[in-house]
Amino acid sequence: MNNGDAARTRTFKGYRRANGAIGVRNHVLVLPSVMCANHVVDTIGRKVPEVVTVNHPTGCAQVGTDFEQTKRTMAGFAANPNVGAVLVVGLGCETNESKALAQEIAARGQRVEVIGIQESGGSSETIARGIALVRTLLDEVASIERVDCPLDALIIGTECGGSDGFSGITANPALGLASDRVVAEGGTVILAELPELVGAEHLLAARASEPVAAKLYELIERVEARARAMHVDIRFGNPTQGNMAGGLTTIEEKSLGAAYKGGSSELREVVEYAERPSERGLIVMDTPGQDIEQMTGMVAGGAQVVVFTTGRGTPTGCPIAPVIKVATNTLMFDRMRENMDVNAGAVLDGTRTLEQVGDEIFGWIVDAANGRETAAETLGFHDFAINRIGPSF
Amino acid sequence: MPLSDDGAALRLKDDDDVAVALRPLAPGDAVKFGPVSIKIIQAIPSGHKFAMHPIDAGALIHKYGQMIGRASAAIAAGHHVHVHNVEGVRGRGDLAETPS
Repeated sequence: MNNGDAARTRTFKGYRRANGAIGVRNHVLVLPSVMCANHVVDTIGRKVPEVVTVNHPTGCAQVGTDFEQTKRTMAGFAANPNVGAVLVVGLGCETNESKALAQEIAARGQRVEVIGIQESGGSSETIARGIALVRTLLDEVASIERVDCPLDALIIGTECGGSDGFSGITANPALGLASDRVVAEGGTVILAELPELVGAEHLLAARASEPVAAKLYELIERVEARARAMHVDIRFGNPTQGNMAGGLTTIEEKSLGAAYKGGSSELREVVEYAERPSERGLIVMDTPGQDIEQMTGMVAGGAQVVVFTTGRGTPTGCPIAPVIKVATNTLMFDRMRENMDVNAGAVLDGTRTLEQVGDEIFGWIVDAANGRETAAETLGFHDFAINRIGPSF
Repeated sequence: MPLSDDGAALRLKDDDDVAVALRPLAPGDAVKFGPVSIKIIQAIPSGHKFAMHPIDAGALIHKYGQMIGRASAAIAAGHHVHVHNVEGVRGRGDLAETPS
């Protein structure tokens, strides 16, 4: 399981949680169990800006695997070790019962409180109670200090958004080199966005055991079956218009460039959206290519750090995890400098090698784990979206 | 990864049907990969592809040494290779039979 040799395992300064999980941030998260609690959550966040909040349009009139996926995502996100404590805010009549959600979060070893708007007697009283509760939670997590933690505890989510013709030449292969280093340290790397592996799946399957390869092919077939059921060419949505303006022509071309992000190690496991990997090393997670849903799914699956390559320029950030931005080209890096962390375009300029940029990305991962703020964190991005796989009823 | 002699283009694998412009290329530019010289026929934006040799309509097109799509029209060497003359082979739910 663990590829790392304990004697040589490198360390970083992280937060060791009561359940043994290791975080790189120490947030207090305020999470609505249902969209009807969004306003209350937002207001608590405005009054107490030290907490992080999310909004979403889910949590009611959902059934079956769609509902299970929503619950799994919320619980996994809240239990991510980058979060020190959680306040769940419910309405009272929602399908996604807030107390059951809080119990699921607690079962994963997370510190959690829960309040309901109907039970509290209205929104103002809920906001007042919520503010008092998050102040207590903030005091609790403030006493937790960074300690030496093994680098092999890191789960790195990889992502490409706003890809262009250079993504598969500069940023993604450089990230692949960093991914190989994470795996060599005994850590875990998640490769996701399944539609953007269509046409490249055989390259990954060749590096997997038979059952893992079979699961990968099954998930890829699921993507193409969805396109058949809708009678659409997925090229009308992916690659996007911006991807095409950047030179990408087909989904196969985009996928072949995207797959480089995972590096060259053995594919160890294929997991569902927001499912926590049980293996270490390279993992594939079934997420859509839509950036925010993908990022949320990987972080709900336990990723503490995300590395996000972009050619067109995507500012996306996660409320609870550092998202390291790697530009594929210098033109965009210079134009959107405030949103970028690493410039892989230097490879095309001839000023740096692919290996040097790979080392820089790996260094950034370790630095971010130690507490270095990414551009998206400094600018306050807190994007969040749960992937739906069924209709509301 | 063979870079063109002047660094203006990249052919990711030796037998790829296309190369990627690393800077904007103009009609009349000659891109040399050692003994092979491609005359650019159309403006090629940076990051976009041009044909390394004539490609028949219906032929599969390769980049990274892998299949990236099928020519939907004949493409001459030095021409822009993109959505106007290439279609995807995968994810083509539009070609699925209509359910009864």
